[in-house]
Amino acid sequence: MDDIRSNILHKEKVILEVKNISKTFPGIKALKNVNLKIKEGEVHALVGENGAGKSTLMNLLSGIYKPDSGGEIFFKGGKVTIKNPYFAIQLGISMIHQELNLVLQRTVAENILIGREPTLPNLRLLDWSNLFKEVKNLLKKNDISLSEKMIVGNLSIAKQQLVEIAKAISYNPKLIIMDEPTSSLSRNEVERLFKIIKIFRKQGISVIYISHVLDEIFEIANRVSVLRDGILVGTKNITEISKNQIISMMIGRKIGVMFPQFHKSKEDIAFEVKRLNRKNIFKDISFKVNKGEIVCIAGLIGSKRTEVAQAIFGIDHIDSGEILIENEELKIRNPRDAIKHGIAMVPEDRKLGGLALCRSLKENLSIVNLNDFSKGPFILSKKEKINSEKSVKMLSIKIQSIQQIVNYLSGGNQQKVVIAKWLNINPKILILDEPTRGIDVGTKAEIHKLIAKLAEKGVAIIMISSEMPEVLGMSHRVIVMKSGEIRKILNKKDITQENILVYSLGGRK
Amino acid sequence: MFVEKDRTSTKQIFLENDKRDAFYLKILKILITNKTFLILIGLVFLMSFLSEYFLTIGNIVNIIRQVSIYGIIAMGMTLVIIMGGIDLSIGAIVAIGGVVAANLIKNFGLPIWEATILAIFAGFLLGFLNGIIISKLKIAPFVITLAMMSIARGLAYVYVDGMPIVNLPKDFVRFGQGNISFLPGPIFIFIIVIIIAYVILHLTKLGRYIYYIGGNENAAIFSGINVTKVKTIVYALIGAFSALSGVILTARINSAQPQAGLGYELDVIAMVIIGGTSFTGGTGTIAGTCIGVLIIGIINNALDLLGISSYYQMIVKGLVIASAVILDVTISNKNRQ
Repeated sequence: MDDIRSNILHKEKVILEVKNISKTFPGIKALKNVNLKIKEGEVHALVGENGAGKSTLMNLLSGIYKPDSGGEIFFKGGKVTIKNPYFAIQLGISMIHQELNLVLQRTVAENILIGREPTLPNLRLLDWSNLFKEVKNLLKKNDISLSEKMIVGNLSIAKQQLVEIAKAISYNPKLIIMDEPTSSLSRNEVERLFKIIKIFRKQGISVIYISHVLDEIFEIANRVSVLRDGILVGTKNITEISKNQIISMMIGRKIGVMFPQFHKSKEDIAFEVKRLNRKNIFKDISFKVNKGEIVCIAGLIGSKRTEVAQAIFGIDHIDSGEILIENEELKIRNPRDAIKHGIAMVPEDRKLGGLALCRSLKENLSIVNLNDFSKGPFILSKKEKINSEKSVKMLSIKIQSIQQIVNYLSGGNQQKVVIAKWLNINPKILILDEPTRGIDVGTKAEIHKLIAKLAEKGVAIIMISSEMPEVLGMSHRVIVMKSGEIRKILNKKDITQENILVYSLGGRK
Repeated sequence: MFVEKDRTSTKQIFLENDKRDAFYLKILKILITNKTFLILIGLVFLMSFLSEYFLTIGNIVNIIRQVSIYGIIAMGMTLVIIMGGIDLSIGAIVAIGGVVAANLIKNFGLPIWEATILAIFAGFLLGFLNGIIISKLKIAPFVITLAMMSIARGLAYVYVDGMPIVNLPKDFVRFGQGNISFLPGPIFIFIIVIIIAYVILHLTKLGRYIYYIGGNENAAIFSGINVTKVKTIVYALIGAFSALSGVILTARINSAQPQAGLGYELDVIAMVIIGGTSFTGGTGTIAGTCIGVLIIGIINNALDLLGISSYYQMIVKGLVIASAVILDVTISNKNRQ
């Protein structure tokens, strides 16, 4: 233990030290001899491409996985073996996962103190008044604005996340791990989250902060560590490093221009919607998209962008309005109709609407255009194989074989599979809902390049994106939505961050 | 402190490790995919020591003949469970198949094959109803098929007024007790059903859709799959298989009984699950179910040969099902970590 003491950085107390940790899965070495120190009261950002090993490392710390033998973990100065998640919590390590784990039908207070509810003395019955009082105090102490009696299912995603945070803090942890906490938050909500993180810092709680959004890291983190291919390539003070340096550490090469150059769109209208209405969801949605044009739909969470896209694609019904392709009115009652007319849609969440994760790459790639390589009811497997291999090559999807189960691919590669699957129908209109959410910088650039190429070929592209740089760099026009209505359609010269923000917040009517 | 490692050299290390790991992975994979097969071989090996009679041709044919009646339904159940569904009404539809065929032959004098086709159609119709309600109204298959289990059973009793139909024509009984070409009738039909199920699941678009819906129904809808149609077809198909099984059962015991097929759900679902089909949907094979069918058949036969009372047989069968699933879960958990 003297050994660790002497290793303390800058004379500050080290709360967690990971020494020489490796983790092997069948077929993959997910982590390789990782060394990491977390100081008391610091916010330590952890970045890396998808598949770099961030989640694996965090799952080791929170007891979900066990490390390979040979590595050591020291916590609060002592060597520990984190056997299971419960042990991690007892030790003082709380983890907030990207996917929330809440009982939606119960109150905030019950969710926070789940498993540790106060009971009446001498009886094994729930002490409701104390339950609510305890939680109220906890929320107040950490400046979390939540009402303890609300039913969790009725809260917004951002508030639900606060419940998770309150739950994590209720265990009095010394270290909180946050995995992509802002992926579904609006800007305001992100700021509120940062305020809470700062309160944690004051209390001496350390935070490991995993994020793809580098701007946030510069805002909140003290130090940053970069993982690449399972190797920790470096740890730096945030003041000593620039965004581009982090990016080049992540991908191991310099990247030049972030966004591809793209051509001017053609003048013929490919797609038009007129006064689309769906009761209580969206109202009077009208816009046009030309051949080869990229139109971004911007807006904050709750602006109902996805709902509009899903209605166009036939997933949700519309109450009134017209959909025209090449000036011809169509009825789209379900995705089958949409696909028949040459519309493709890459949905927001690849795990929800994009892929059957337990099936092979080949099966996922060919599911939409199975008719192209079948005769009557039978599948022509040779033809199918050739087609799949072509897709893999075209999008440079990194795989061992087309029989591989997609669940074991990295997020970026999975996203490529979803896109490839839709390109198989040679769409005239391509709807992309958050096409680069949660994927690494390298793959992001590849996808942007691909989108530009498709537009150049004449595909009309409707892209929903919450990432400002993407909206700014990747669109001919921007439709700004707020609460189910189009607030403004910005032409190329007016596309600025300020304009988009102002209109999506509802200003300048 | 800042160590920038060369990207290519780290990639190379990874590739070497990958090669070695891929080898172990291959062996592990072979063991996992064939573990039910290993159990089957183990059972045969064990039984051949415990009973001299077990490994005789007569007994093996007997096992397969007995199990064929369940096996036919298990083929349909494989499709249903892969699709993420379940069908509890199969036992009742077995009874429907039997009484409809027997009644049409005995009381209406219809030719055997016509009666059989109409009986299968009755099962098809009930399955179709299951499917259309499940898929159109999006109601949990467990609930709807549970209701259908009661309705169909009631219909079977009403149809024959609670009385079994006995003394069926010789030609019909031969269908269940005699041979078709050189194989016993039930086995012959079981093999045909296996081929049909195999072709559907592994060679056609329909099969691909079944897997995809079971893997992720939402993604299936996004991909333009007509989920309603696929589900309806699959439930109708298992209904038809169940009724066919009922016809064979009736021919075999020379009697159509409204209480036939009682409790078949347990055996059939057990066969499918032991055969490696995941209850969560999306994975499973026809070959796996065939092995599952044989395992259950051998267990039944073994317990008979060893003279264990049927009360204990129930307990043993339940334990075997439980251990098969526990084994499956522990292995796949280990594989994941």
